[in-house]
Amino acid sequence: MGKSPATKDDARALFQSLRSAYSATPTNLKIIDLYVVFAVFTALIQVVYLAIVGSFPFNSFLSGVLSCVGTAVLAVCLRIQVNKENKEFKDLPPERAFADFVLCNLVLHLVIMNFLG
Amino acid sequence: MTRSVGIIVVLLAVASIYEAVALFHPISESHRSAALELFSAVDGSFSSLEEAYEALRTFEVLGIEQKPDIKDHTCNSVVDTLSSKSSNSRDLYHALRVNGLLKCKTSKEALTGITSRLKDAVKAATSLLDYYHSIGGLLLIKDQSSEVDVLLENADGILRSIKALGQSDGRWRYSSNNPESSTYAAGLAFETISGVISLAASAIDENLIGTLKKDIAKLFDSIEKYDDGSYYFDDKHIDASGHQGLLSATAAVVRGLTTFASTTDGLNIPEDKILGVARFFLGIGVPGNSKDLYYQIDSLSHLENNRVSVPLILSLPATVLSLTSKDVLKVKVNTVLGSVAPPLSVKLMQVFSSGSKDASVLKQELHFDPKEAIHTLNDLPEGVDIGEYVFAFEIVLSDPEHKRKFATGGRIKVPVHVTGVVKVDDAKVAVLEGDIVESEKKLDLPRKTDLALSANHLQKLHLSFLLTTPFGKPFKPHQVFHQLLDCLDFISLYVCLTYLSSVYLQALLKLRHESGVEHIFVVENSGRHFEITLDFLGLVEKFYYLSGQYDIELTVGDAVMENSFLQPLGSIDLDLPKAPEKTAQPPPQAVNPYLRYGPKAEIAHIFRVPEKRPPQEVSFAFLGLVLVPFLAFLVGLLRLGVNFKNFPTSAIPATFAILFHGGIAAVLVLYALFWLKLDLFTTLKSLGIIGIFLMFVGHRTLSHLASTSAKLKSA
Repeated sequence: MGKSPATKDDARALFQSLRSAYSATPTNLKIIDLYVVFAVFTALIQVVYLAIVGSFPFNSFLSGVLSCVGTAVLAVCLRIQVNKENKEFKDLPPERAFADFVLCNLVLHLVIMNFLG
Repeated sequence: MTRSVGIIVVLLAVASIYEAVALFHPISESHRSAALELFSAVDGSFSSLEEAYEALRTFEVLGIEQKPDIKDHTCNSVVDTLSSKSSNSRDLYHALRVNGLLKCKTSKEALTGITSRLKDAVKAATSLLDYYHSIGGLLLIKDQSSEVDVLLENADGILRSIKALGQSDGRWRYSSNNPESSTYAAGLAFETISGVISLAASAIDENLIGTLKKDIAKLFDSIEKYDDGSYYFDDKHIDASGHQGLLSATAAVVRGLTTFASTTDGLNIPEDKILGVARFFLGIGVPGNSKDLYYQIDSLSHLENNRVSVPLILSLPATVLSLTSKDVLKVKVNTVLGSVAPPLSVKLMQVFSSGSKDASVLKQELHFDPKEAIHTLNDLPEGVDIGEYVFAFEIVLSDPEHKRKFATGGRIKVPVHVTGVVKVDDAKVAVLEGDIVESEKKLDLPRKTDLALSANHLQKLHLSFLLTTPFGKPFKPHQVFHQLLDCLDFISLYVCLTYLSSVYLQALLKLRHESGVEHIFVVENSGRHFEITLDFLGLVEKFYYLSGQYDIELTVGDAVMENSFLQPLGSIDLDLPKAPEKTAQPPPQAVNPYLRYGPKAEIAHIFRVPEKRPPQEVSFAFLGLVLVPFLAFLVGLLRLGVNFKNFPTSAIPATFAILFHGGIAAVLVLYALFWLKLDLFTTLKSLGIIGIFLMFVGHRTLSHLASTSAKLKSA
């Protein structure tokens, strides 16, 4: 059952509005979004590699994937805190949020490097 | 094996019943070769003049020529010592001793100078060794040069001071402050005393000499004795030169006695003690070190022609006589150094067979062959069959005058083995059912036989034979030892047999199962009739219920049996009932040592199969692929229009900003190193340092940025 032209148009219209809305976001948030996308893609490629060659050595795979996922999560937290429209974090200076992001990343990567083997 | 030790103890106890049964040999070629080996001069010279004297004296007595370069070296050392002003009387004494043997060129002036020094030393002497060295030196000078005046004026006084150091038990002290006395010192004292007597300018008080004779007789009362007839002196204390023991003490006493006897007459020392001391020195055999050899040879040379009594040694070149080869008994009588004895005859007085203490007196004279200097007994006495005997000899001197001069030792007992061929007669093997003979076979021992018998557990195996000596008499063994059954495998059985074979005859029957389990039985005897009956009904349990073929071996042996044999007789097929539950298992057979230590079966190790790794190209391809999102990220950043506009421009904030980025880069580099080669601890340490730095720098940078953006907001 193929999509009706109406649905197709609707989807296209939705996509367009999404795109225009997105272009309104500030640049720094876009940078963070790009970073998240980069991290997720890197994780996906590692999963594909696992699927092809097998799970040995499994700890390396885990560390790689968790590094990407972890850093993506931290970036999302950073985005939440930096976003000016977020009323919860109004009083939090973005520099402080960035400092937290850097620190947490460093700790995450220390653990990742230890687990990498 | 502890049993066999017990057997040996019993054997020794039996041997000790024969008191003073021993064989001594005079000095022989083996002593000469030992002397050459032990007294080897290092680099052509000896380490001290004392050692040089010991070596040279030993060589002189044994008749060995000394090498000329050693003589030169030693002479140089002697002349140096004699001419040196710093030599004390001890050094002079040793140098003069060596000079006496080597006859080095010394000047009359030197000797005169030494004489006066030694005479002063005698006057100033306080200890025994001072007297010994100085008097000894003067005596040596007297022998080496007739022109120098060495006579002592106050001989009586000197003798009295030496005697003052003596004790009532015959021993001597070294000095008046030291209460310890020793027999070695007594020997030195008598040597010194005889030196004083020879050097006396005027006659010595006779009473003094009489008391000295009594002292030496008292010393000889403290002599100790071994069972084989040798006498010795024991010194519990270590003497001045540090050489402790029987040999040095006895040697010193012999020297003292013989030199004292050469200067005085009428010494009454029992001749059996002199002979005993000679036997002691000969009984050592060939000593293992040079000092002991010197003591032995020096003492024996003193005993060889001393004025008390010269010991004569009776020896047998061979103590085993074979009846088959018709050996004759040969006896030699020599002095201790092996020289010819005075004319004498040897009589065989008694022949004791082993175990008996009485024997008839024979008084059979041996025939003397003057060319070989051997006494022979052409025919053995009546009734001497194979076995162990003790022959008692007596030496009779032809010249009655010699009886006072020589010590012959009374009745001398010597162990002799007489061997011969033992005949085995009337040997037969039978399998009995009850008392009825099932099958019987005659054997021709000790020739080869091959039996093939069979029996079941209700039957008996009977073996019997007769043993006869060459003279036709029954061969009576002394005792049969059942402890041999404890010798489990044949090797230790052989050892047990060897230890006992000097006294006991054994006849053993061995049955060996095809699996290797062995059983040994002693063949009992009554007179010359040997027989054994194996009742299999009673032996079933001993045989561990093992049925099958058993190899039979018969062993008959003794030390005096020349044709001892170990003969396999064949085999017997035994049919034993089945083993009930809970029977003892046969002992495990000894593993062939070559198998035990040989190569073992190879072990195939199963290694963990290594994981399948992907080919390198795939991995590198994905490495590239992983980097692609990063590149895409960078491209996206550029497309978004990232810029460095907010980077602080003024100096200090700029520095901090650079340091901040540098710090993060440093942390990432540290992580890379951590992955490559560092361990966690160093990483954490470095991380701590960089982290603190980064915190400080980051705080400064970010607060600067925050303040600038706040300024912008307010503006």
